[in-house]
Amino acid sequence: MSADTLEKVRKVTVEELGVKEEEVVESASFTEDLGADSLDVVELVMAFEDEFGIDIPDDEVGEIKTVGDAVTYIDKKKSA
Amino acid sequence: MSDRPVPSGRVVITGVGAVTPLGTGVAKFWPRLLAGESAVERITLLDPSEYTTQIAAEVKDFVAEDWLDKKEARRIDRFIAFAVAAAAMAMQDSEIKVDDDLRNEFGVMIGSGIGGLTYLGEQHRRQIEGGPSKVSPFLVPYMIPDMASGYVSILNGLKGPNTCVVTACSTGANAIGDAYHIIKRGDAICMLAGGTEAPINELGLGGFCAARAMTTRNDDPAHASRPFDKDRDGFVIGEGSAVFVLEDYDHAIARGAKIYGEVIGYGMTGDAYHITQPDPNADGAYRAVKMALRTAGKSPEDIGYVNAHGTSTYYNDKGETMAIKRAFGDHAYNVPVSSTKSMIGHTLGAAGAIEALICLLAMRDSKLPPTINYETPDPECDLDYIPNVARDKEVNISMSNSYGFGGHNVSLILKKV
Repeated sequence: MSADTLEKVRKVTVEELGVKEEEVVESASFTEDLGADSLDVVELVMAFEDEFGIDIPDDEVGEIKTVGDAVTYIDKKKSA
Repeated sequence: MSDRPVPSGRVVITGVGAVTPLGTGVAKFWPRLLAGESAVERITLLDPSEYTTQIAAEVKDFVAEDWLDKKEARRIDRFIAFAVAAAAMAMQDSEIKVDDDLRNEFGVMIGSGIGGLTYLGEQHRRQIEGGPSKVSPFLVPYMIPDMASGYVSILNGLKGPNTCVVTACSTGANAIGDAYHIIKRGDAICMLAGGTEAPINELGLGGFCAARAMTTRNDDPAHASRPFDKDRDGFVIGEGSAVFVLEDYDHAIARGAKIYGEVIGYGMTGDAYHITQPDPNADGAYRAVKMALRTAGKSPEDIGYVNAHGTSTYYNDKGETMAIKRAFGDHAYNVPVSSTKSMIGHTLGAAGAIEALICLLAMRDSKLPPTINYETPDPECDLDYIPNVARDKEVNISMSNSYGFGGHNVSLILKKV
């Protein structure tokens, strides 16, 4: 897991969800722990796309449930 | 349902909140309005240099984070944020306690003439640049004009009638009038009602510039909004919100509420003339005044103050003057009429609500706000416009006029209780 990706994912998450940085740990679920509803998740995924210059297809959004999932997914996507 | 109280048929205002170009909160706004301050300056919300009109009355002291959680405050359209703030102030001012019984009898009717145009413009740009997958899921909820009501109902847990009215620049007045009817006929005990608008963005400014409705006195912002003055050349766009707690009279009395005033008359008509220009005969505006007087059971002599629509356009100010003269007869020359748009610009869908608030405060304090920048009389506008300086006068009943693109004419009559 890339430390740089984690740092950026945490930054985007803090900004998009208005949560405290210390809450955004790898195991935190966006919906269960960080208060995101279904619209917030779509917005968050779009922010990840913008931040990392990648496309996240709708049918793959389900893989991203936690902060750690997002980092793993983005690293995989970037190295592909 | 049998234990629902019988409606008194009277509707009073027991709480007020406002976000205006002269300040957020009535305590900030009202003294500055009475002092005749202008809120009009060069636009800062966007770079106006390419627009024919480069000035506006912006709300400068508003901080969305003071009223919304951080996540929402960052992204929500300004027209919703203004309404959330004005509604919160009105609820606090009313000191009303909303239990689970009252919750279902407490509705919301906060209109907007335009809705979330800033957010719409940003998302349109994203779609053009990045394709449909770049459009935010919040585009639709933040753009639709009913979301001020929707959002306020959610934040305050109000589950009565939830709706909004969209009648351009008469929206705020229609919202108060329609909410008054809802309570009067017994479909709710309380309503949060008013208007909100945040039109100072690229599309809003571009659209109104193209419509040639705004002043181009860019080099002299503070004197640009000059209703009824001979040298007026168009309106100054503004932004803001005002929201009232409207309440059944008996309910308000039973809980010992502070009462600002009572809504006693509501007239609304259509011009059926032109999409943006008012009927030059001002027949619709005249009939709205007549309907308001009839529904209030009052005669022109009972009206002690008129807060005019007074946009500072050639046609509005001339036509509105004609309408008042025709409806009031000789009394037209005895009643003070002022346009507070001279100070806070034209807040479009919020204007009717902000100006109804001004009527309430004027009656409470026996102080009538002026029409500033009144320098050169126009023979076609020959009423007492309270030129330039506020006036002390005890007033028991006042009227507020509002007119909107589409030919909407609204007159509200408010009474001190």
